[in-house]
Amino acid sequence: MDELIKYAPELALGFWENVKLSLVGVVASLILGTILVAMRVSPTPVLRAAGTVYVNVIRNTPLTLVLAFSALGLSDQLGLVFSEMPTTNSFWIVAMGLSAYTSAFVCEALRAGVNTVPLGQAEAARAIGLTFIQSLTMIILPQAFRAVIAPLGSVMIAMIKNTTVATAGGFLLDAAATMKEVFDTTGASIPIFLGLVVAFMALTLPIGFLTGWLARRLAVVR
Amino acid sequence: MTENGDATPLVQLENVNKHFGALHVLKNINLTVSRGEVLVVIGPSGGGKSTLCRAINRLETIDDGKIIFDGQVLPAEGKALARLRSEVGMVFQSFNLFAHKTIRENVTLGPTKVRGVAKDAADKRAMELLERVGIAAQADKYPAQLSGGQQQRVAIARALAMDPKMILFDEPTSALDPEMVQEVLDVMIGLARDGMTMMVVTHEMGFARRAANRVVFMADGQIVEENTPDEFFTNAQTDRARDFLSKILTH
Ligand SMILES: Nc1ncnc2c1ncn2[C@@H]1O[C@H](COP(=O)(O)OP(=O)(O)O)[C@@H](O)[C@H]1O
Ligand SMILES: [Mg+2]
Repeated sequence: MDELIKYAPELALGFWENVKLSLVGVVASLILGTILVAMRVSPTPVLRAAGTVYVNVIRNTPLTLVLAFSALGLSDQLGLVFSEMPTTNSFWIVAMGLSAYTSAFVCEALRAGVNTVPLGQAEAARAIGLTFIQSLTMIILPQAFRAVIAPLGSVMIAMIKNTTVATAGGFLLDAAATMKEVFDTTGASIPIFLGLVVAFMALTLPIGFLTGWLARRLAVVR
Repeated sequence: MTENGDATPLVQLENVNKHFGALHVLKNINLTVSRGEVLVVIGPSGGGKSTLCRAINRLETIDDGKIIFDGQVLPAEGKALARLRSEVGMVFQSFNLFAHKTIRENVTLGPTKVRGVAKDAADKRAMELLERVGIAAQADKYPAQLSGGQQQRVAIARALAMDPKMILFDEPTSALDPEMVQEVLDVMIGLARDGMTMMVVTHEMGFARRAANRVVFMADGQIVEENTPDEFFTNAQTDRARDFLSKILTH
């Protein structure tokens, strides 16, 4: 117990980085995932193909490789730099890789949602003169989102837990990396392990409850 | 039968062909619909009636031939196509109301988003139309809370809200319980009286006799026969039509 109390401030700072990565990840992956699903259901073959390739490549690549590629490939080789500060830069590199990765799962969850919307509604939307984008944003996606709130919650929970592999993208300040550093000096500590588990559960459990509740509340009756 | 003194047909199909894979669903269709005309399309299932309707607002593309609406060849895509569609109302067999929107929102969506009508004006007009189809009291409910007949009347109001030049009806009463058929037909008969140009796929002979100017009999992708309702129902010219009529008359 003593180690946990002693290193709590450090671990808390590390965990705060996981929280920040999660926040950026939720927003960015929902936006990117929505754009991807729009591509995948669009009438333009090129966009559809691009969306399909992206989703299938990303979904089948280990996250650690996606993060390593973001750091080594995009940042070091191609010179993508978010900040002069190395830690800030690697934070954004990881946030980007994590969002890029998670967006593929968001896209597929949403696509399942799109499939729950009867085709007739899309035709009715076109028949009153709505454009593809309008029927997507006003008719299809609102219903698709509401149909997959619970699965989207699972995707978000997975993403929050995935913030702990941030080291793969060169970001060394998160809770898991901090924990490892602490263990290097003190040896493994069960209380610290459990402390972090509790911290993550404090983040993910409410998301599970909230999305479950929202899913029931917002279900579209047909 | 002509409105605004304009004698050019509203819709003109010239040698229209359409395949689904190897299946030839529209075979060299030639058809005109005049302004203010009510045309009933009748015929056996799979004969291409829905495809014909859907081709007119380009929910289906055609392989060759020409479809001219209000003097213009149907636009292929984009804004021009959306504009065309906003001028051609469509009422589907399965209603297809937007399930996550209230009845009122279903009716105002088109005018506000496609035409840029202000919300107040669109709301007012929506209530007038819902009044006209007898659903005003249900304006704030969701589609799933309404009966089939009520949903279909909302779908008609939704089409009317765009002030279309024409409305296509694809078997509007086929999915309804029998006791709800008449309430929908009554609304349609009212529209016909008011001079709306309508193309109606239906087997409701009562409607055809009361409201239609012309009946087109379609089978196997072809227009087999066209006539006035009375002539068609009492004195069909082709064996194909007589055979079909004998089947729908027996039940
Ligand atoms: N999207 C489609 N893909 C393939 N075949 C279709 C499609 N839509 C209709 N068909 C076929 O085309 C034929 C005509 O269909 P349809 O126009 O719906 O006839 P009707 O409305 O007269 O019953 C049918 O054989 C039907 O199975
Ligand atoms: Mg049909």
